[in-house]
Amino acid sequence: MSTRIFGSGIRRREDPRLITGSATYTHDITLPGMAYAAMLRSSHAHARITRIDTEKAKAAPGVLAVYTGGDIEGALQPMPCAWLLPDSNLRIAPYPCIAKDVVRYTGDIVAVVVAERMPQAHDAVELIEVDYEPLPVVTDPEKAAAADAPQLHGKDINGDDIPGNQAFHWTVAGGGDVDAAFAEAEANGVVIKERILQQRLIPNAMEPRGAVAQYNRATGELTLWNTTQNPHIVRFLCSVVTGVPEDKLRVIAPEVGGGFGSKIAAYPADFLTVFCSKSLGRPVKWIETRSENYQATTHGRDHVQDVELAATKDGKITGLRCTVHAGMGAYLSTAAPGIPTILHGLMLSGCYTIPALKEDVYGVYTNGVPVEAYRGAGRPEATFMLERVIDMLASELDLDPADVRRRNFIPKFDDGHEVVTTLNYDSGDYPGALDKLLDHTGYAALREKQKAGPANGKYLGLGLSSYVEICGLGPSQVAGAIGFQGGLWESAIVRFHPTGKVHVFIGASPHGQGEETTFAQIVASEIGVDAGDVKIFHGDTDSTPMGWGTYGSRTTAVGGAALALAVRKIRDKAKVLAAHLLEASVDDMDYEDGKFFVKGSPDKAKTIQDIALMANVAWNMPEGMEAGLEASTFYDPPNFVFPYGAHLAVVEVDASTGHVDLTGYTALDDCGPQINPIIVEGQVHGGIVQGVGQALWEGAAYDENGQLVTGSMLDYALPRADLLPDLDVISTVTRSPHHPLGVKGIGEAGTIASTAAVYNAVMDALRPLGVKRVDMPLTPERVWRAIQEAKGS
Amino acid sequence: MKVPVRITVNGRLIEREVEPRLLLVHFLRVFVELTGTKVGCDTSQCGSCTVLIDGVSAKSCTTLAVQADGASVTTVEGLADGEKLHPLQESFWNKHGLQCGFCTPGMILASHELLRTNPSPSDEEIRHGLEGNICRCTGYQNIVRAVKDAAGAAAGADQ
Repeated sequence: MSTRIFGSGIRRREDPRLITGSATYTHDITLPGMAYAAMLRSSHAHARITRIDTEKAKAAPGVLAVYTGGDIEGALQPMPCAWLLPDSNLRIAPYPCIAKDVVRYTGDIVAVVVAERMPQAHDAVELIEVDYEPLPVVTDPEKAAAADAPQLHGKDINGDDIPGNQAFHWTVAGGGDVDAAFAEAEANGVVIKERILQQRLIPNAMEPRGAVAQYNRATGELTLWNTTQNPHIVRFLCSVVTGVPEDKLRVIAPEVGGGFGSKIAAYPADFLTVFCSKSLGRPVKWIETRSENYQATTHGRDHVQDVELAATKDGKITGLRCTVHAGMGAYLSTAAPGIPTILHGLMLSGCYTIPALKEDVYGVYTNGVPVEAYRGAGRPEATFMLERVIDMLASELDLDPADVRRRNFIPKFDDGHEVVTTLNYDSGDYPGALDKLLDHTGYAALREKQKAGPANGKYLGLGLSSYVEICGLGPSQVAGAIGFQGGLWESAIVRFHPTGKVHVFIGASPHGQGEETTFAQIVASEIGVDAGDVKIFHGDTDSTPMGWGTYGSRTTAVGGAALALAVRKIRDKAKVLAAHLLEASVDDMDYEDGKFFVKGSPDKAKTIQDIALMANVAWNMPEGMEAGLEASTFYDPPNFVFPYGAHLAVVEVDASTGHVDLTGYTALDDCGPQINPIIVEGQVHGGIVQGVGQALWEGAAYDENGQLVTGSMLDYALPRADLLPDLDVISTVTRSPHHPLGVKGIGEAGTIASTAAVYNAVMDALRPLGVKRVDMPLTPERVWRAIQEAKGS
Repeated sequence: MKVPVRITVNGRLIEREVEPRLLLVHFLRVFVELTGTKVGCDTSQCGSCTVLIDGVSAKSCTTLAVQADGASVTTVEGLADGEKLHPLQESFWNKHGLQCGFCTPGMILASHELLRTNPSPSDEEIRHGLEGNICRCTGYQNIVRAVKDAAGAAAGADQ
């Protein structure tokens, strides 16, 4: 009932259905007459299909249909790429829903079986006979770009060749002459060079992907339940691919069990499920297995980065020059071209004043799963390379890494700061964040402890990571300018019922983050109703207004702003109506905590509930005022928001085994005012652990034949509870000057910062042993080998 | 070939004829229509499918339905006492021990087992006790807090 609800760590309203098992995920939907689809996926990474025989499968018990590439021609358009990178030679290879002649990764769909029951569909998939003529395979993005590399594709969708498997070459350059900066540094300063492998990662949302399609032949209407982060985008793309008009297409994202970027893209399997339902006139369900998720749901990262940093001998950065080969996988996924470019290259200068920089990014087709956004999406890869070379500079100059950061930080600013890549950061205090972190963690004392040397063969390491990220995507005009084939605004409809209860219909589509709670808190704080009186509707394209989805830490920042502004419209109308009822002038009215009253007379107030009742019955309205109490807003942000922070990782490395023990981790994050600090903290926890996973354990590996060696949860090392310390999470609050609530975003911050912090800590620990670099993940074997090699040299 | 099974699920006797290869998790989700138990992987690693069989936790994706013949199975739907949540459900809610909720049913039942065998665990014991269950959202910290909280509540109730 008070404005204090903003900033209150109330329990999530989502939880009762989740802790009792009564939530409905896509997997849990069963419809009358439902059939089940299963995909046959290529067992080869690159091969020509010379024969497919589906007869045995078709004759198997319960099988209703088997479809191959020829069957969908004309019925399903190729998968669209929706980020058409400008200022590049973007070459989009055809991406069919079923591979007809050539398969290009282990996981490419070759056929789909529909059967009465799910086990029958899976059994029948095993009966399809396919003859493959293997073709040469390349999975490493740099090797794929070599002149003699196997070529994955013929012509692109415009009929042009795709030489060197190059999907695009994109460049960002800013500031002064970067080559001159390096010449100067070679002569009189310091140049740091490093090769960084940002390994392929598998997002691993705990809920595997799936779809339930229900096509009604009588009406021509289709409902698609889908594990998606952005149902409206799926509706749009599904319409393009399947031909079902957008007005007859309803996409529902029911309970969605995490995404981390892997549920942004539109997928062939989902649209094939639609095709099956249309073809058979029955509802069809397809749910991937976890192995299938590893084989075919988008992966993240996969950069080969060559980074050079130029600096003066006193540690002032003078230039940054990088070349990145970004593996795109076999096809360009929905948003893929924007990830290693716009979301990466434009953030290259991080928290620092860098006078000159240049980066060349080569997007390269490889025989792997398509690479898409994965938590942080481009920004972790930028933060890592910068934070790594800064630590190397510190090491080279024998300075403390904190000092080198301080010498290069952008000074504190409150209302805009244009950086070398032309982005205009909104607000930040990077030196302040680092200082507070160092003070809080007793950094100086930890350094003293480190000086004492290893204890029992265990080396202490400290790793810093200062970051700023771009989120709250974003101004739609900018979206258009950077080739994103959509807008990036958000919308909300707020409706007051006669009893003062509220329904909110919002385009954003949270999938575990908890914004049903956060959004209700926004409404409550803006207009003084109880948060419990506000119901949030999201995830259904038939009942909610257009929204561009939940990714890029944008849902609270953009959707929340749309919601706040809609409620403010209601407040404005309510004030006029209250003035009318109190026979006062609007100018004489005051508002506080859900009450409208004549200035100085708060005892004779009209509550928002009084106003809601009158507006709904409309017995006594001011002249010209419409009945009802409802408002909608389309909020198109004037700029992005730029959360920031500084993290410290503390590790112990056992030199005899190479085992890394993460013994402490402290995160300082500034996402502006926190609407629900408990939810913010939870986002930070989860984000950090995903980033730690990249540093220490996770990595998708293909063998020389393009077989996914890490094809199951047995083989892909995910973070587990016993591997982690208690995380210490603190914060500062810097408002975004342009945001209606001042808030930024927090969904990806932990992941963006933590990989570099942990990696830097391990390298700091290994410094006395002479180890300079180890490729991630920093498994005991790799660390141990690096120690042995350093001993040998 | 089908074989008869009699399994008591959340106090209700269910009798069905099933294929011998049918996994308990599919028995629960498809035959009993209790979808709270989740399938998160196919290698018995994630623990989303954890249930209690005769009070002891088991991964229902690696248990055949026929193995549970004659047993009593508790799923997440059977934990609450009517409207009253189980203390673990309360503590997961209170401590923000879940985000997307997909691992939660299994996590809560694995925690149930942990507290059954060790009523007042240390943080470290909780972390080891839950290493067979994967959560991708929370980073586990609030799950540890939740289990600790539930243990404390149980200890309080005993006094």
